[in-house]
Amino acid sequence: MPLSTWPTRGSTRGCVVPEARWSADEPLLDVRDLTVRFRSRRDVVTAVDRLSFSVNTAEILGVVGESGSGKSVTMMSLLKLIRNPNCTVSGQALFRGQDLIAMPDKAMRSLRGRSIAMIFQDPMTALTPVYTVGWHIVEQLRAHGHVPARDARRRAVELLDEVGIPDAAGRVDDYPHQFSGGMRQRAVIAMALAHNPTLLIADEPTTALDVTTQAQILELLRRLQREHDSSIVLITHDMGVISEIADRVLVMYAGRAVETGPRQEVFRRPNHPYTWGLLGSVPRVGRARLRRLPTIPGHPISPDQIPEGCAFQRRCRHRHNRCVELPPLMGALDHRDACWLPREDRQAIRRTSDVAAAAAGDPGDAVPAAAESEPV
Amino acid sequence: MIWFIGRRLAAAALVLVAISMLVFLIFFATPGVDPAARIAGRNADPATLAQVRQAFGLDRPLPIRYLLLMRHLVVDRDLTSYVNRGVKVVPQILQAVPITLSLVTGAAVLWLVLGIAMGVGAASRQGTAVDPVIVFLGVVGVSIPVYWLGEVVNLITQSRLHNSLFSWVPPLGYVGLTTDPWQWALHLLFPWLTLAMLYAGIYARILRSEMVVALNEDYVRTARAKGISERRILIRHALRTSLIPIVSLFGLDFGALIGGAALLTEVVFGLPGIGKLTFDALENVDLPVIMGCVLYAAFFVVLANAIVDVAYAGLDPRVRRA
Repeated sequence: MPLSTWPTRGSTRGCVVPEARWSADEPLLDVRDLTVRFRSRRDVVTAVDRLSFSVNTAEILGVVGESGSGKSVTMMSLLKLIRNPNCTVSGQALFRGQDLIAMPDKAMRSLRGRSIAMIFQDPMTALTPVYTVGWHIVEQLRAHGHVPARDARRRAVELLDEVGIPDAAGRVDDYPHQFSGGMRQRAVIAMALAHNPTLLIADEPTTALDVTTQAQILELLRRLQREHDSSIVLITHDMGVISEIADRVLVMYAGRAVETGPRQEVFRRPNHPYTWGLLGSVPRVGRARLRRLPTIPGHPISPDQIPEGCAFQRRCRHRHNRCVELPPLMGALDHRDACWLPREDRQAIRRTSDVAAAAAGDPGDAVPAAAESEPV
Repeated sequence: MIWFIGRRLAAAALVLVAISMLVFLIFFATPGVDPAARIAGRNADPATLAQVRQAFGLDRPLPIRYLLLMRHLVVDRDLTSYVNRGVKVVPQILQAVPITLSLVTGAAVLWLVLGIAMGVGAASRQGTAVDPVIVFLGVVGVSIPVYWLGEVVNLITQSRLHNSLFSWVPPLGYVGLTTDPWQWALHLLFPWLTLAMLYAGIYARILRSEMVVALNEDYVRTARAKGISERRILIRHALRTSLIPIVSLFGLDFGALIGGAALLTEVVFGLPGIGKLTFDALENVDLPVIMGCVLYAAFFVVLANAIVDVAYAGLDPRVRRA
């Protein structure tokens, strides 16, 4: 299945407005101090707090964090998809040099689905149930400029074929309810690829799918990224997914970046206690089988209860006096974290912490056979 | 699809037969009710009663009487009224049908247009002042009783302001569409508006809440992420899926109104439609007319339901092949 490039009339790679002051070696998307606030009856809740990150061309950025850490809100606010009138977004998000936050709705609309496409979590409800899968793709194809109906339909079949729907020509007129979850997600991806977007935002695209389908969808995303040179922002709460596919990782907690860096670095030498917790709670084949999987104690924090200083302090095993101060992102240029723990001792602290977590998760009665075969 | 429609129509026919039997049994097999005594009048002597029984065939067994009644009503179409001797039932109904049909169809067009416009308008302007205003207007429409509104409209257009602002309003009554289309519409204008008020309010409210739900659905978010216009999202995605319950509601309302539920409007505006006919027949316990009217009404309700089911399958691919 070769990935063909669709010649879109009048535009290559979906640039609408002439790009000012942007050269290809700058990041494709550069978000600075993004803040998203929701005004409620009583007070103002900050869902995303001065978040900065960037996505380079042809790079996969994995954004990871528990539910409620502001991953989805961040991405939706970039595309102005939050319709809540009580929501205010501030900061700057330069996409090819254009600020998305300050962009008027109309210009934003012409970017959506063309230069920036987005895939959502639940494929079961992502398609309007009364229209065929083909109709949805054709709508996307014709959303930006005129495409003759017949061409659009032919292209829809091609796209379905590209994302691996068997018998695409026969299935193009099926309704969403006749597709399985994995097929629907493929159809949604096909739709998102219709205009060869420069940036694809995938919001937990595999969460609602079973593990086999999950792997196929990830493989599909990786292949598309490689062959189209698109950048992908992959939102997930699954460290396993990140480890398979991401080039760089952004770990979020309570609407803030707590650690960011190249995948290898973050996985090999994670610096933030929250990242340790996320990595520690991944079950591994071949590791000692414990009764209980170590978890991060407590619950994800609700955005209206964030304490002064480090948001993670209440759940952190290594809390100390300094944590009441808000830690900035610090460290080497590309691997940074927001934590006050002494940088030199981090890995040592982590090792002791892992032992403690294992002990807490497994109070002295680990399955003997598994304990013996622990490889270490 | 053909098979689906065929099956649905067959079921409808069965329902009609069952309803006719039920109506028949209610009138003839209810213990303590003697139709002959009603026909013969108060204090009739036994000889008259016997004569009436014989003349009306009331001395024969129930199934035979049912079949005879149905034969006169459906096959020979010469069933006559018990009260006004010699007046045939079928022509009476046929005369009343166009009046009710004109009234209800016109009103239905009005309330659908109004209701959908109001519902979409309110849902798309959520959070602005327009939304609660439309909702409030809808509640007012729903709350005003038709007979009161009708009388007030009559009072204003026929009496108080008849010599100034509303001098163009014709007197109450009905003019056939084929006789004079302009007068037909003019005579029905206020009845249409009055009847449509109530339903437009209901439909606007229901559609608004359906649309508000739809606009928060994932597929609307997907549509927005595609970069299509707000208008297209509203009409092609949100409205299209919200129409499904509206269609089923419309089928039921329309069927019931055609079947005689527009009685109050008909009486207030002096339109001798089906509702009025049924009401008069019930008052006089005129069984043949009641039977005719009930069957006619049931026919429309059942037909409307069948059409709704078929339309449903057209609107919602998920019910097809169910």
